[in-house]
Amino acid sequence: MNAKTENNVVCTFCGCLCDDISVDVDERENKIAGVRNACANGRAMLENYDAGPRLPRHNGEETSWDDAITRAAGIIKKAKSLLIYGFSSSASEAQRLAVALGDKLGATLDTTSSVCHGPSGLAMQAAGESTCTLGEVKNRADLLLFWGCNPVVSHGRHLSRYSLMPRGRYTVGGRAERRMIVVDVRRTQSARASDLFLRVEQGTDFEILHALRYILRGGKLRGPVGGVPEEALSSLAGELKSCRYGAAFMGMGLTMTEGRDMNARELFSLVTELNEYTRFCVIPMRGHGNVTGADQVFTWQTGFPFAVNLSRGYPRYGPGEYTAVDMLANREADAALILSSDPGAHFPKGAAEYLKKIPTIVLDPERSVSAESAAVWFPVAKYGVDCSGTAYRMDAIPVYARAFLRACRMSDEEVLTRVVAEAAS
Amino acid sequence: MKSRVLGVTGGAVYDPKNGVDGETRDVWIRDGVVVAAGELTRGELEGAEVIDARGCWVMPGGVDIHAHVAGKANTGRKLCPADHRARTLSRAGGLRSGSGFTTPTTHMTAYLYAQMGYTTVVEAASSPLGARHAHEEFGDMPILDKAMLVLFGNNEFILDCLARKERETARHYVAWMLEATGGYGVKAVNPGGADDWKWGGNVHGLDDTLRAFDTTPREIIAFLAETADALGTPHPLHLHGLNLGLPESGATTIALMDAFEGHRGHLCHLQFLGYRKAEKGGGLASDAPALAEALKKHPNLSADIGQIIFGNATTMTADAPLEYRLHRLTNRKWCGTDMENEGSSGVVPIEYSRRSRDGAAQWITGMELFLLIDDPWRVCLSTDHPNAGPFFCYPQVIKLLTDRAYRSEMVASLNAAAVRESVLSGLSREYSLYEIAVVTRAAPAKILGLTKKGHLGAGADGDVAVYNPSRQGTRSCACSNRARCARLLDVAAWTVKGGEIVAKDGECAKETRGETFTLAPAYDASVEGRIRDFFADYYSLTYDNFPIRELRGKKVISCEN
Repeated sequence: MNAKTENNVVCTFCGCLCDDISVDVDERENKIAGVRNACANGRAMLENYDAGPRLPRHNGEETSWDDAITRAAGIIKKAKSLLIYGFSSSASEAQRLAVALGDKLGATLDTTSSVCHGPSGLAMQAAGESTCTLGEVKNRADLLLFWGCNPVVSHGRHLSRYSLMPRGRYTVGGRAERRMIVVDVRRTQSARASDLFLRVEQGTDFEILHALRYILRGGKLRGPVGGVPEEALSSLAGELKSCRYGAAFMGMGLTMTEGRDMNARELFSLVTELNEYTRFCVIPMRGHGNVTGADQVFTWQTGFPFAVNLSRGYPRYGPGEYTAVDMLANREADAALILSSDPGAHFPKGAAEYLKKIPTIVLDPERSVSAESAAVWFPVAKYGVDCSGTAYRMDAIPVYARAFLRACRMSDEEVLTRVVAEAAS
Repeated sequence: MKSRVLGVTGGAVYDPKNGVDGETRDVWIRDGVVVAAGELTRGELEGAEVIDARGCWVMPGGVDIHAHVAGKANTGRKLCPADHRARTLSRAGGLRSGSGFTTPTTHMTAYLYAQMGYTTVVEAASSPLGARHAHEEFGDMPILDKAMLVLFGNNEFILDCLARKERETARHYVAWMLEATGGYGVKAVNPGGADDWKWGGNVHGLDDTLRAFDTTPREIIAFLAETADALGTPHPLHLHGLNLGLPESGATTIALMDAFEGHRGHLCHLQFLGYRKAEKGGGLASDAPALAEALKKHPNLSADIGQIIFGNATTMTADAPLEYRLHRLTNRKWCGTDMENEGSSGVVPIEYSRRSRDGAAQWITGMELFLLIDDPWRVCLSTDHPNAGPFFCYPQVIKLLTDRAYRSEMVASLNAAAVRESVLSGLSREYSLYEIAVVTRAAPAKILGLTKKGHLGAGADGDVAVYNPSRQGTRSCACSNRARCARLLDVAAWTVKGGEIVAKDGECAKETRGETFTLAPAYDASVEGRIRDFFADYYSLTYDNFPIRELRGKKVISCEN
């Protein structure tokens, strides 16, 4: 085996975008021979990736890249209401092209945020957001509050590399200097790593957060809220106020349960108000590697972070209307271009079934439920492995993910460029 | 290859750098560069595309020395969907759609600049970690040439070095960082203030010792000003001082002029830092007369104004404690971002009202600064976009400066108490078109050290704005001052960028790719080991993945002049 080691590789699995991964590369076979420093998620993503040549498929049958591009361009040209969805596992360079394409065609654009942290975006737009970078958590935070998220499973190195364990400028004691509080409806693995676990009743996050804001303003509770005794909440409020630098992290336990953006907004407001007493920040635990980049690209090109409709020639924002689930469930899209995501597997039944009925183009390195039923599937290269590109971490810091394997297939950037050119001709 | 020639003929040319004041001249551009007519061959002259500029004013393309258009600006865009609903641009003619009133999207930003004859813009503040983001947005901001200033005033590597008296190491670090980030200049915002903010505090005096580092704002300013000079960066230290927005800001600003210790410096949005306490009521009043006097005594310094535009604005700055204070003051939504090792920033949308005492005083301060600083070569027109107002309102500022009657009409509509405490009504100065060309082109280009911008002499970049006098101020304006908004130089009959016509009759005609100006100042490579260790200890990103190596369309400007 002709081996070399690539250091400081960026893992694009989740919004942590850890950039200290070491990969042993079998250069002759163009394969990954070993992965170090990655979490289980990142390791599995990298080790299971096959960068070998593969052909696109048209209606399930292999076809040439040229033919697939012609067919994709044909679908796009014919569509009257194209939905472009996904974005979160593509590099920003490709995202920029896809949004430009959507602008040209008057399409509806949406990202996986709409079934994930979209409500965090709405909460930010309503209440603002006191936030910081992950390195600031490493350097300063002495109190960590994880609410409705389970980083041990979802963001495998969050605790060890960024939040709980690292020794930074004012946290030289590492773990010993930090207090970790987890709020969740069940004792998760992250809860087991915490100093304090607060089990709350399902669907009561808003009430509990509101109660904490009330206590912060000098209010006194007359009974438990969400199954948590008033003393426990008063004590928690006291801890939040008296830390040196607090960092809250929140996940889909807030954004995808009843109350959604209202829950997130309540947490953001609480964090903002804590700055009257100390310094406090919040970072949404963004999932896919570049979902934050999708927010950014959408915003600088259209003015809005997701759920954008361009059919009138200018951008309109409509979460609940232009979001992909709604566009499909309401049968308002007549074709779909899906970038590196799998709505066929993850969307509610009505939306997923309608998706099967309209011609879809899928750009995804991996075979997926959506790819299986696509009219055209491009098995594109994967950014950060066999093509390069920019991605934004959950704290909106951009990182350039360099390729370390030879590309045997087109990148999504290349496919989009050619589809656009062909559709225009 | 056949050369591409464009002529702009018969216009009244305002080219202050070359002393041309409204004389009829022809401007010839070959392959994007201004050339003397005598240098063109007969064939080139015959094959040239010619703009008939008779009856028009001809100026170099506008140069904006201080605006927030890329990177951090995106937080402002995302925060305010209502701002984007308030103004939209439909796609047309192969150009992109867009949205945003105070914070337009990137393509729309470029089109709006080009429509009023501007061709160069400087993003006024990017943290090193945010630089890659700013460059990505530059990639979606066509037509314009761009540059980005890098924040150093609260950088903990530098604060460490200053506390340990290791100024030389810090200087090499600045040089390394400018190259690594694709930056064009050294910027400092409320030096020390954002670092104190990470402990919930702020600095208020030049000699306050920081909470976490044994150094002072005065020492940071002196170090950065000296460093910019020592590295030979074309643009000097670009400073946003202390106590912005407070009644004591004027006195603080006058005091900090000495902190430059004779080194070159640029004071940005001076208006926001130019107040005294009002005699009655304790609010803001203009300290412009004292500031103008102090600037006279400091020929090493220049300023841009940051003129208030009444209506909606989105404040965004690396003066993080200021943004929190604005949030507490106005109860408007606040976004704050603490950047590891590099400072902090914030965004708060606000509104300036002519009826408010403080709002009127702020507007008056800007106007007085424009009118009281005698030397236009040390003044640049800005609105600190989008902090004091949107950049596309520059034409209103130009009208106010050139037309005393219009100014008086505006003054009459202001809060009367604020007007009573100001000298503005007594100022009769009117800017000439020549002086306008100085403060919107020649002076910013000179202060930025962009020798090929801001003039139309041989060798200059072929960036030209042609204005038809009869068309100025005739278009309906997007701003919220409709009834009282008069404008000058708002509609370019032609905007030429790099020898190509990019806008015509105030409409964008074509997208071209702009360049990004960067630097490569010399430094001692032995500093890299120290920086590598600093990354390992305090950053969440590895040293190897930090420098930007993939920048497309960059043009390195020499530091040797």
